[in-house]
Amino acid sequence: MTSPTLRRTPLFDAHKALGGRIVPFAGWELPVQYAGLLKEHAAVRTAAGLFDVSHMGEMKIEGAASEEFIDSLVTGDLTQLADGKALYTVACKEDGTILDDLIVYRRGREKFMIVMNASNRDKIAAHFDPSRGGAHSKAFVEKGTLTFADISDETALLALQGPKAVEVMKHAQADDAITSLTSFSLTEGTVAGVRVIAARTGYTAEDGFELFVHPEDATRLWNALLAAGKPIGIEPCGLGARDTLRLEGRLSLYGNEIDETTNPLEAGLGWVTKLDKPRDFLGKKALIAIKDAGLTRKIVGFQMVGRGIGRHGYPIHAWTGEETPSSAPVGVVTSGSPAPTLDTNIGLGYVPAALAEVGSKIGIEIRGKLIEAVVVKTPFYKRQKS
Amino acid sequence: MASYPSDLKYTKDHEWARIEGDLVRVGITSHAVEQLGDITLLDLPKVGAKLEVHGNFGTVESVKAVSELFSPIAGEVVEINAELNDKPELVNDDTYGKGWLIVIKPSSSLDFLMDAAAYEAFLGSLDH
Repeated sequence: MTSPTLRRTPLFDAHKALGGRIVPFAGWELPVQYAGLLKEHAAVRTAAGLFDVSHMGEMKIEGAASEEFIDSLVTGDLTQLADGKALYTVACKEDGTILDDLIVYRRGREKFMIVMNASNRDKIAAHFDPSRGGAHSKAFVEKGTLTFADISDETALLALQGPKAVEVMKHAQADDAITSLTSFSLTEGTVAGVRVIAARTGYTAEDGFELFVHPEDATRLWNALLAAGKPIGIEPCGLGARDTLRLEGRLSLYGNEIDETTNPLEAGLGWVTKLDKPRDFLGKKALIAIKDAGLTRKIVGFQMVGRGIGRHGYPIHAWTGEETPSSAPVGVVTSGSPAPTLDTNIGLGYVPAALAEVGSKIGIEIRGKLIEAVVVKTPFYKRQKS
Repeated sequence: MASYPSDLKYTKDHEWARIEGDLVRVGITSHAVEQLGDITLLDLPKVGAKLEVHGNFGTVESVKAVSELFSPIAGEVVEINAELNDKPELVNDDTYGKGWLIVIKPSSSLDFLMDAAAYEAFLGSLDH
């Protein structure tokens, strides 16, 4: 059954041809898996995997005021971002809660592209762009120092991830300037004869590239990368593997770890929240107050000790050894699943600050029963740098 | 493509049942396995547990999802597949063989269960 309101990426037919199982996700029809989640997950950890993430939103922000403008709306420090570099950051509301997590790509001194979550495209457009209701940019736009373009519909996005991503790109005749990109850098060029913006970024805790491409070229690039990767065992990968890979790397998912009821400090995103950066930014005052007052809850990583999988939304209790909970929960699981690389069951969740220390015992309420888990260091998985 | 052995009975909850003398062996269908993906954890009842028709007898979890298991018949659990504790993937690999879940001593009739043709027709009706 398909709903007419669901959107398709330019690679929809390619997914069907590869046997991808299509599911609705954030308003899009996307493959949750092809050959199988575990196989796809393993391919990304040991060789390479190719993802269609064309549902993500992209916006161009350009002009003399672009750095100042974006810097005033995100927690990161754009004054430290060199041309050709990318920054993972967060956009907050005035109360310090999170509108979205973003990657800001600096393509030039006055030339930026931001990439946002599919589910937040309209919200972020309305926040940034005055023609869509954004108040913060109005003065700059009127002065002629700032322009916006929502390029989501004319941009497909492929993510090639894995320790052999560079090898695959070389086989696919990627420009040297692309294969030699350093982490969180970007450049324009060609791969398999297709014009791309290439960035050394991703969402798998593995090396890799994200390739922005015109929708008409997306299938050609997709097929070329799969062909180039065939000798090393590349797999097309779905949303399922994307989720387990990012969870092992303790990368936040909007709607799970972060949303408009959470702030970046309690979400473990203090490292991208530059409260002492030169410029003021939306939410800074509230975040300083939250920091000064002390955090009441924090995101922790946990590993299941008992037999069970703590999943999104399951209640968290202090561990008492009881079989069933006798009091109200103290926290909640934000993401949880088997960790295929680690052969254990892991998760993330909010707990009171008192239970946030590594080694703290917690109980996850699974279908009425309390199952023991322990707070562990994150990321759960860290790649070996070569 | 999934295939549905003709010697089995089926339920709308995507379980299969095989009559073995006085006992009935129960598992989940290849359709259910395909929908679930890689199975990682099964929660099965204890031997001696009493089950009702369509009664919940446990859960099956894949990496992405949790599904409840419903008994095709009433009766008492006389055996569980303990091998699945360490090897839940047997359900993916061989759901009509080594991936069986429980054996029930039935106290109700199997007459109302579907045969393979009826189950396939039922699956067809889900797609449209």
